[in-house]
Amino acid sequence: MNKELNAYQRPEPQPTPTSEPFWSGLIEEKIRLQQCDDCSGWVYYPRSHCPECLSSNLTWKEVSGEGTLYSFTVANQATAPQFTGEEPQLIGVVELVEGVRVNTVMVNVSPEDLKVGMKVLPVFFRLANSTVLYFEPG
Amino acid sequence: MGLQGKAALVGVADYKNERKYTGKRKFYLEQWAELTQMALADAGLSKDDIDGICCSSIPESDLFAPATIAEYLGLKVNFAEMVDLGGASSVSMIWRAAAAIELGICEAVVCAAPGIPIPSNPNRGPRDPNRFYGSTSANWGSPQTEFDVPYGNVAQNVGYALIAQRYAETYGYDERALAKIAVDQRTNAQGNPKAVFYGQPITVDDVLQSKMVADPLHVLEIVMPCAGGSACIVVSERLARKCKHRPVFITGCGEHLTTRSVTYAEDMTVSPVGPAATSAFNMSGKKPNDIDVLQAYDCYTITVLLTMEDAGFCGKGEGISFVNENSLTFDGSFPVNTHGGQLGAGQAAGMAGGMSQPVEGVRQVMGRADGRQVKDCNTALITGTGGIMSEQSAIILEGA
Repeated sequence: MNKELNAYQRPEPQPTPTSEPFWSGLIEEKIRLQQCDDCSGWVYYPRSHCPECLSSNLTWKEVSGEGTLYSFTVANQATAPQFTGEEPQLIGVVELVEGVRVNTVMVNVSPEDLKVGMKVLPVFFRLANSTVLYFEPG
Repeated sequence: MGLQGKAALVGVADYKNERKYTGKRKFYLEQWAELTQMALADAGLSKDDIDGICCSSIPESDLFAPATIAEYLGLKVNFAEMVDLGGASSVSMIWRAAAAIELGICEAVVCAAPGIPIPSNPNRGPRDPNRFYGSTSANWGSPQTEFDVPYGNVAQNVGYALIAQRYAETYGYDERALAKIAVDQRTNAQGNPKAVFYGQPITVDDVLQSKMVADPLHVLEIVMPCAGGSACIVVSERLARKCKHRPVFITGCGEHLTTRSVTYAEDMTVSPVGPAATSAFNMSGKKPNDIDVLQAYDCYTITVLLTMEDAGFCGKGEGISFVNENSLTFDGSFPVNTHGGQLGAGQAAGMAGGMSQPVEGVRQVMGRADGRQVKDCNTALITGTGGIMSEQSAIILEGA
């Protein structure tokens, strides 16, 4: 029975040894991205190797989190029972000024004011056991 | 280079699609046996002719699916392939079968995609809550677990809505044109008694008044899951001459994929259909103008729109006017998904939805599509799409 109840808990990030600096950064309200020492490409999500050149020489750097809304959708029905109560979900994809794209949720904005291309700023959103990267109009 | 057009589709089989399945439940292995038997009978071949299998995953066996299937069906095969390309799996099974046949390692390959519910397991434990995430992985270490799931970007609707929204901003949007794709395909379904929406035509207003699930996608622009399943048989030129129907040769193929999550696609509005279809066209020497019927994977209306643009039937960003200017019905100016597609006929479970497109393409080129037959149908383009416009495959079929 407990298992079924727990089953619907809101999912949280599961940091891995590779991604841990990103998630611990969010707890400190800092956005850390990897940058490739060899090709200068920015890497998101965190990886062991650069997806541009496969170099493993990646260095964590702090970035501003400024970006634009690349696309979004307003999900009127929960995308899974685990998100019940969060409807309408304003699910977005943000392109950071570094050029990488991140999945996110838009907050502090009404659905009708969302616009592809709008400037956005990061919001460090606390869940029960972690912090995730949401965005708001900038 | 490429396929020489020396392997042909000669037999097909499919179950009637049903929204609420009330028949006898069957394991995928049992469906494999039944669909193979049906497709062999359709072709006029016998079990002993089969020396290759192409499958997708089966619920009875997480590993070693091809060997399990061969053993269950009593087949001795020289080619055994499992394709893991989501909705693109079926089209990719067929070109792999053709390639293996042209290589000369086998002569008759059965490709099947079951999708009828399996018997309930009396010893089943608690159900996995991650099933609600659809095809999105929630496994430890998966980038989806870590960077998609926590933001609610799970299953398929969200990703396709993101594509449609970005498309709207880039090229403009006409929701009536997108709705018309669903309407024309539904019209086609009226000629297919195996479709879940047989006897239920719809209008553009019906689509636009249906529930908005993930803006801008209405529920009638999204496939209806159902029970079903289908199969086809690919054989050598030599065996094709022995078969009952007009052989349908596979003269071109292509495959392309870059990302699992569409978030990271270089341009969300440009699908992998382009490289896959271009490869297929170049290999066959055909051009978009030569295509008599398009059977396009259609999990959503936006999928069909992008497929028509990126396969070259119209220019990029011109899909909406193309849809408005053409009728996509079987007797229209540009027939698409003449069985109703998955939007009109239902998306059978497992990987079976994507097998419906090649099966219909074969029926059209064979001239066996009954009340929905496209006139003088000799050449077809079939596409398969997996994930969120992630995996893509394309084949060109030509009648002998």
